[in-house]
Amino acid sequence: MAEFSITINGKNLSVDVDPTTPLLWVLRDHFKLVGTKYGCGIAQCGACTVHFNGTAVRSCQLPISAAADNKITTIEGLSENGDHPVQKAWLEHDVPQCGYCQAGQIMSASALLERNPTPSDKDIENAMSGNICRCGTYTRIKAAIKTASDSQTI
Amino acid sequence: MTKVKTSLGRRSFIKSVSLAGGGLIIGFNWLACKGPVEEGSEELAMQMPKEWFELNGYLKIGENGIVTIYSPNPEIGQNVKTSMPMIVAEELDVDWNNVIVEQAPLNTEIFTRQLAGGSQSIRQGWQSLRTAGATARQMLLTAAADQWGVPISELSVENGVIKHEGSDKTIGYGEIAKAAVNVEIPEEVELKEIDNFKIIGTSRKNVDAKKIVTGQPLYGIDTYKDGMLIAMVIQPPAFGMEFKSMDAEKAKGMPGIKDIFTIDTYPEDMEKEWSDVGSFSKLVVVVGESTWQVMQAKKAVKVEWDLNPKLTKEIEILEKSAGMDGATGLESSDIHTNLMAEVGSRKSEIVRKDGDPEKAFKNAARVIERSYTCPFLSHNCMEPMNFFADVSDGKAELLGPIQTPEYAEKSVNKRLGYDLENIDIQMTRMGGGFGRRLYGHFLVEAAVISEKMGTPIKLVYSREDDMTNGVYRPAYHVTYRAALDANNKLTAFHVNAGGIPESPLFANRFPAGAVDNYLAESWSLETNISVGAFRAPRSNFIAGAEQSFLDELSEEMGQDPIQFRLDLLERAGSDPVGEENDYDAARYAAVLKLARDKSGWNNSSGMNRGVSAYYCHNSYVAQILDLRVENNKPLIDKVTCAVDCGIVVNPDAAKNMVEGGTIDGIGHALYSEMTFKDGVPQQSNFDTYKIIRHNEAPKSIDVHFIDNGIDPTGLGEPPFPPVMGALANALYKATGKRFYKQPFITELQGDLKT
Repeated sequence: MAEFSITINGKNLSVDVDPTTPLLWVLRDHFKLVGTKYGCGIAQCGACTVHFNGTAVRSCQLPISAAADNKITTIEGLSENGDHPVQKAWLEHDVPQCGYCQAGQIMSASALLERNPTPSDKDIENAMSGNICRCGTYTRIKAAIKTASDSQTI
Repeated sequence: MTKVKTSLGRRSFIKSVSLAGGGLIIGFNWLACKGPVEEGSEELAMQMPKEWFELNGYLKIGENGIVTIYSPNPEIGQNVKTSMPMIVAEELDVDWNNVIVEQAPLNTEIFTRQLAGGSQSIRQGWQSLRTAGATARQMLLTAAADQWGVPISELSVENGVIKHEGSDKTIGYGEIAKAAVNVEIPEEVELKEIDNFKIIGTSRKNVDAKKIVTGQPLYGIDTYKDGMLIAMVIQPPAFGMEFKSMDAEKAKGMPGIKDIFTIDTYPEDMEKEWSDVGSFSKLVVVVGESTWQVMQAKKAVKVEWDLNPKLTKEIEILEKSAGMDGATGLESSDIHTNLMAEVGSRKSEIVRKDGDPEKAFKNAARVIERSYTCPFLSHNCMEPMNFFADVSDGKAELLGPIQTPEYAEKSVNKRLGYDLENIDIQMTRMGGGFGRRLYGHFLVEAAVISEKMGTPIKLVYSREDDMTNGVYRPAYHVTYRAALDANNKLTAFHVNAGGIPESPLFANRFPAGAVDNYLAESWSLETNISVGAFRAPRSNFIAGAEQSFLDELSEEMGQDPIQFRLDLLERAGSDPVGEENDYDAARYAAVLKLARDKSGWNNSSGMNRGVSAYYCHNSYVAQILDLRVENNKPLIDKVTCAVDCGIVVNPDAAKNMVEGGTIDGIGHALYSEMTFKDGVPQQSNFDTYKIIRHNEAPKSIDVHFIDNGIDPTGLGEPPFPPVMGALANALYKATGKRFYKQPFITELQGDLKT
């Protein structure tokens, strides 16, 4: 066990855990930030995607020892009132079915738009193919990303 | 207007008055038009009523006109939590923007069939949901008529405001709700004409959408309660094996670990419910403070496993009969495939026979015979199996994702011996269901673990536990034969279908009824691998196989594949063979025609297009799929879908469901399989088990509904099976090769590489 400090959604937090503990479980078990989901534990499904200094990463593969002293944004901190352009686009397109994977999808999509505000279809596919949706909402996700992209560039 | 008796749902009409602060407001969602509101926020304080008047078990009305509607059925992503309350709100005649939706807990006194399965929630809930709304409306009107001393016939309602035609008097539902509670429940109520629907048939957003996109706790796995510990299980590494012994000394000493022990979920003398499916009754359980600690401790427990003689006996007999030596009861997929191809059909039983198929085949100028097969599949709900249990002092409080709460309650009753009234089951929104959560062994395991620990626990399966302790889609095999006479006319049709351990045959489905000489046979082989319902059970294989065969048949006969089907359906409609046919030929033909028109089928030369149509779960779906194959990879440009599910309650959400079912169907037929070697599942996570991804999804999906005003039928499952046939038929157009074995990608890429 060891003490780690970390900035999550702009708040400085600390936690006393085994250094190998993935950020995913620190978020969920220790900080009760349950929007970041467990799906596979091996960085294959994208349900646990968060922003690490602004880049989309799989929190299930990021030990707290490597995450500490960095800035993390989770779905809960993406916007203050749930009004990030990507969240708004998700609502406009009524994307979710079961909804479980969607926080991860939104975090991947928002990181994509941050570095590429006008992604092509191919760019979207490349950036989003690490996020599995068993319900099959892929066509709506793509449409929502385009809507968010348009709303940002106008 | 349709008059209906209210007596059917009599038990639902328990009336009461309660204060809003009385802890009844759980799972508050949001007022659709006013944006998100959080419990305890100022906005909510202004909007929430001080007092609630419960007119029946489905709804309550606040003094300010806010209405809470309880959604009775489990929500697995099929969006019933929005569409079921829409039906109540329609008949109640309220403004949807003033409606709050809450997930109802299991309550067999009020609700019937609180189950997510068979695409039946809307179909079977249609009448009771409408009656609940209409009855409350009638009581509110009666109370207003009494108060004003006017006949009820002079009153009308719009958006929850009652108006008297003869004067300018108006009164809101909230103002009259208190008086309405004392009105006698009407014996009979009138339901609206469908032409007068204002909410049904209009698109309404998912009531949980805001919480989903902001990451609020909604799912069972998100449950954290005071004093709660995390439990995980260690299960046998292979089907056919069982626990023998363990050494957990080291693991017990690891940080955060509270206990390690074994449980027997389903003792031999326990009377099981049908939902109590699971191959591994005896499990090792690790309980600790946090998930990561428990995951680490699991790896440190040394467990020895043994062959389970009970589970291996029948298989041994089966494999010996197949002439395979050295059977251990540890099954392998290559043996399954051989058994299905060689042994299965020898065990066939005739399920349906019309005319004289033997004679027709004997006299045929040509016989076309093709066989199709598919592997086991894992459900892979994105939210792994989990459940919260707090079992103490003779009470069991259970919270989590379950498609069959009523059965689960009985299972806990039988397993723990607690009375039903001391078992409380609350349903969370589910991160996928697809049939997997019909089988609540994980709920029973959680209850047993909590009772043993004497503390609240949350049982969580790792992805590997989830995938390798599945209740899988069975493996299936079907052989079709068609007899053609010298004029290339279809004279007989033969289907021989079976699987491990069930047959996918629907003997009375199309093309039964369309061919004079028809034979349907069925068989099954035993297995010790646990299987169960998977999105559109049995249809999820046989639809694609049948529609591939009909495509090949139409080509052999030199006919357009759609016209060929329409001609058969014309025969089935005008002069059906047999009386047991389970489909409506005209509705079937209508979706094919709609898909043909919308896709521009008649102008599709040069495109690689496949068509398919199927009837299941009371609904009809036709799909036309366009693809290209580039660099060994199929690229799907477009799928046109035509759907007849009767009245479409929530059109945009229904469209979402069809899009999702289409992508899911393509994905499973093309990419997914669960294989076994010596009983060991060969795929245990998404690195080895392939699920369709963004870049493999169709570029566009075009969805059209038939508008026929017929009472609504299923939609969660029907779009899933037929697209597999459309895919196979389009792949044939692109490659010149027919695809008989799922997942198609194996043959496709194997072929292209050589």
